Amino acid sequence: MDKRAVFKSWWLPILFALPQIALILLFFYWPAVAVMRWAFTLEPPFGGAAEFVGWANFQDVFADPFYWNSVGVSLIFAFCGTASTIVVGLVLALAVDRQLPGSGLFRFLYILPYAIAGPAAGMAFRFILSPERGLMASVNAVFPDFWNPAKYGSHALVLVIVIFAWKWAGYTFIFLLAGLQSVPRALTEAAAMDGAGPIRRAVDIQIPMLAPTLFFLLVIMMTEGFVGADTFGIVHHTTGGGPNHGTEVMVFRIVDEAFKGLNYSGASAQSIVLIGLIMVFTFIQFRFIEKRVHYK
Amino acid sequence: MADIDIRAVHKSYGKTKTLHGVDLSFASGEFVVILGPSGCGKSTLLRMIAGLEEITAGEIAINGRIVNTLEPRERGCAMVFQNYALYPHMTVAGNIGYALKVAGVPKAERDRRIEETAKIVGLSDYLTRRPAALSGGQRQRVAMARAIIREPKVFLFDEPLSNLDAKLRVTMRAEIRKLHQRLSATSVFVTHDQVEAMTLADKLVVMNKGHVEQVGQPLDIYHRPASVFVASFIGSPAMNLFETRVETGAATVRFGGAQVPIDGALAAQLRGKDIIVGIRPEQCVVVQPGNGVSAKVDFVEELGSGRVVHAEIDGQPFAAVIGEEMRVRPGDRISLELPPSQLHVFDRDSGRRIEFEAVPRAPQNAAEAPVLAIVE
Ligand SMILES: Nc1ncnc2c1ncn2[C@@H]1O[C@H](COP(=O)(O)OP(=O)(O)O)[C@@H](O)[C@H]1O
Ligand SMILES: [Mg+2]
Repeated sequence: MDKRAVFKSWWLPILFALPQIALILLFFYWPAVAVMRWAFTLEPPFGGAAEFVGWANFQDVFADPFYWNSVGVSLIFAFCGTASTIVVGLVLALAVDRQLPGSGLFRFLYILPYAIAGPAAGMAFRFILSPERGLMASVNAVFPDFWNPAKYGSHALVLVIVIFAWKWAGYTFIFLLAGLQSVPRALTEAAAMDGAGPIRRAVDIQIPMLAPTLFFLLVIMMTEGFVGADTFGIVHHTTGGGPNHGTEVMVFRIVDEAFKGLNYSGASAQSIVLIGLIMVFTFIQFRFIEKRVHYK
Repeated sequence: MADIDIRAVHKSYGKTKTLHGVDLSFASGEFVVILGPSGCGKSTLLRMIAGLEEITAGEIAINGRIVNTLEPRERGCAMVFQNYALYPHMTVAGNIGYALKVAGVPKAERDRRIEETAKIVGLSDYLTRRPAALSGGQRQRVAMARAIIREPKVFLFDEPLSNLDAKLRVTMRAEIRKLHQRLSATSVFVTHDQVEAMTLADKLVVMNKGHVEQVGQPLDIYHRPASVFVASFIGSPAMNLFETRVETGAATVRFGGAQVPIDGALAAQLRGKDIIVGIRPEQCVVVQPGNGVSAKVDFVEELGSGRVVHAEIDGQPFAAVIGEEMRVRPGDRISLELPPSQLHVFDRDSGRRIEFEAVPRAPQNAAEAPVLAIVE
């Protein structure tokens, strides 16, 4: 059956699509074009027309050791953030899926953090994990400087990853729980009859059946970790990129350069590299992993 | 080998009660079939034996050991599921050998036993395939092999043949029976198909609405159904049942405007009582018009070996099996005799069977009382 609705006049469909087209033009294509223009031009410091400089902005970016530092930090942040959100979400989903008494309440509680804005979570965790007054203070009393994100870049990086995972585990949890609930119950029952306990069933049956969901989350969370609004928000409100550039992820550096350093050209060049990087990652994921996740 | 005792077992899901006190006991090596309409609680009972469903009240013992709180793996049962429940991401060999893998059987030994088992069910050539690349019958065999390889004390089958086509179902039925003879584990087989039940069972359990209606050998149940439900559920075409009352002062009951004679002793016992009388379509005898009960033919089903006449008596449907030499057409009237020794009598209030010693009498058949009796 043909379900298409056919419009008689040519202007009506365009009118309907207009708001969407306007939004896309205004918030996507225009900025994208502007970024491209800035990336290849340089504004003279004392006014005048922007001059075309070719790849010079990119050369400057690649020559900057702090840029490479931010690439490394971003990679660690995205990989560890993705891994921990998926692992935590998976463990919680497996637990809730067993439908023990009270699992409805826990399902609600586990989803809740996702509703909290990243920067707000960042602020909260600054207090919760503060080295002087927070949860770690008693440990610090015994082993001084065991936990001090204000002093050590590595601690600060762990802190922002924990916050990211805390918030986004709720998101992966929803998807993984939905995925688990679509695994036919008879499969886990058959495995139980075959002698597998709950952990064995999770590893041998449930997780393999979740492969498509896990792959989807891998792509989404990697992208989120690299360029997500939360990544910037959390870093900005928790550590401000420090100490000593220790948590300066690529998005943070881009915003910092653009709006504090007022170096639009450098920031634009970095944006373009970042977008390229994401495209490469996504391509790799689809090319090599996606093929292995379907059982047909 | 193991015997199974089910004592006063109840099951509720929240407020809804599914099983209301089931008492059953299965001997070691027996092939038990649990038969009942959809939703009567057969699967629930089976899953409680398996350990997949909690027992709300009562006890289940396997080999004398109460298993209420044991995990499925501690009970020594293997189960074949209705939709097979094969692991889609494992090969056939992986599916069959999973239980051994979990049990930590070394790979060489495991492979040997997988091959052995695959041979029993005729799957040797398919070991490297995934379930998605198998036909329905082959999947069914994988599910069986997966159960066999564990050498379980108890085999549980939950409607394992219901997804197969009619022909394959007959073949698999025979294979299951053969397998049982070979392995002689206690088997509990759940089905809603009475033919499957009659052909497979050593012991047949008929269930309805969470109660056990009757337990016995298939033929006993066929010949002496313990309740109206069993009478109507077992046998094809289904038994004819009609409500009536035993006349005072005569050994007859009224049906379809005629007086149907019943056993004299029975009549004396039941004088004035409301009863339900049943007779199997095969036992009705067509007689000369003016005798017996008159019925108007609605339609005729050809079976090849005979015909089933679907008729109407007193506005109720009534079926009779007649020989293939008789000709009847829709709209014809025929007269049927209901031999007293072939009647089944049930209490109308409780639905339970009322036993009586029928005076044996050779069933009248078309050959000795040639008939024919077709009046437009
Ligand atoms: N998990 C459940 N929650 C609530 N009710 C259930 C559940 N499983 C089965 N039931 C109910 O129990 C009754 C018996 O089900 P079941 O044992 O599956 O019947 P069947 O004889 O068809 O196998 C049905 O009425 C069904 O609705
Ligand atoms: Mg069932």
